[in-house]
Amino acid sequence: MEKITTDICIIGAGPVGLFAVFEAGLLKMRCHLIDVLPQVGGQLSEIYPHKPIYDIPGYPDVTAQQLVDNLMLQIAPFHPTFSLGERVENLQRNDDGSYNIITNDGTTVHCQVVVIAGGLGCFEPRKPEIDRLTDFEGKGVAYMVKNPEHFRDKKVVLAGGGDSALDWAVFLSNVAERVTLVHRGDTFRGAPDSAEKVFELAREGKIDLVLKSNVVALTGDDRLQEITLLDRDQQVSHVEADHLIPLFGLSPKLGPIADWGLNIDRSAIAVNTVDYSTNIERIYAIGDINTYPGKLKLILCGFHESALMAQSAFKYVYPEQKLSFKYTTVYGVSAF
Amino acid sequence: MINLTIIDRDGGSRAVEIPEGINLSLMEVLKASEYDILATCGGMALCATCHVQVIEGPEEYFTATDTELDVLDTLPYAPPASRLACQIRISEDMDGMVFKLVGEE
Repeated sequence: MEKITTDICIIGAGPVGLFAVFEAGLLKMRCHLIDVLPQVGGQLSEIYPHKPIYDIPGYPDVTAQQLVDNLMLQIAPFHPTFSLGERVENLQRNDDGSYNIITNDGTTVHCQVVVIAGGLGCFEPRKPEIDRLTDFEGKGVAYMVKNPEHFRDKKVVLAGGGDSALDWAVFLSNVAERVTLVHRGDTFRGAPDSAEKVFELAREGKIDLVLKSNVVALTGDDRLQEITLLDRDQQVSHVEADHLIPLFGLSPKLGPIADWGLNIDRSAIAVNTVDYSTNIERIYAIGDINTYPGKLKLILCGFHESALMAQSAFKYVYPEQKLSFKYTTVYGVSAF
Repeated sequence: MINLTIIDRDGGSRAVEIPEGINLSLMEVLKASEYDILATCGGMALCATCHVQVIEGPEEYFTATDTELDVLDTLPYAPPASRLACQIRISEDMDGMVFKLVGEE
């Protein structure tokens, strides 16, 4: 388990989190970034790397990935460090006011200031409305397939109509004792090959395909034993099941950050526009994840927010020093 | 003016008047009209929190685009004529249309 000590821990390595490294660096504050995605750039790299962006000052147009690449060049003099592919789970406040941030991989980051630049938040599995669904989480209900062997010789029900539902139905048909795929529609939009394969396996009796139906309830004592289905004609049926895997895509959520006692307003973190600080001392929120009167979810607004945040955070990192404002045109960028 | 009727999640309906010639999506209009829509992804057809159902209107509005279907197909629940409001550009032929809010609050 890695232990890292830094001045500012930035949660989220999207464009705003990256630029915060630059603004902090100008004030000699070191940064460590954590992102749940395996690469930097946030939604720019993950969702629309090739889309042009037209409202970055000084660039008539720039693709999302180019902007991220340029930001990485711009912050390189300040040698930021990264924990990528890790999700922030816990925040501990120390007696001296500093914080420890702990990720799901057990990485601990000791820092003076926390900056949440989490954008849309963490993408989490979308949970359908099924009676007693959460009762059976970890007791038969899982939202992703981590280890297919876990399902060997079990009765598995998959719910969903997207690519992942199709692909896992095909794959698990060779592993599980029985695979049932429940889909609310009667066609699949997923890759035609996968859909065709599912229909073929259904014809061969290797998958039970239940169309125009939804899973509505779960039953079992300690573990999941049976699921209840409802079809479009309101007919109820029951299927024995050791496992239910609902695969309904991902939806952005605040995640564990929502439980830190921050003021939350409609899934965004409320901040003071003087310095983009939250209601908790030494914790700031910048970029798409924050909200305030007049908030615009623009990259350029996030850049502005990161500059003001850094000026304010300075007092926690260098409590003995007086902050003097300096232009890069006069002083340049002093690497460290 | 373009007049729309919006049926809220609780079944109550309200008229929304939109000036002609504004270059906004239905999601943005709904947010501006203080409907409880998260619109987490800001209009990129990702989060489905602006999910609506077309109840009345010109036929072409009843069919979702491929971009929308990619998301709508993954949802546990999507009634017929489901659309993502962020992908509907306000235009004059929408006058008189009726939409129902479906997306999560």
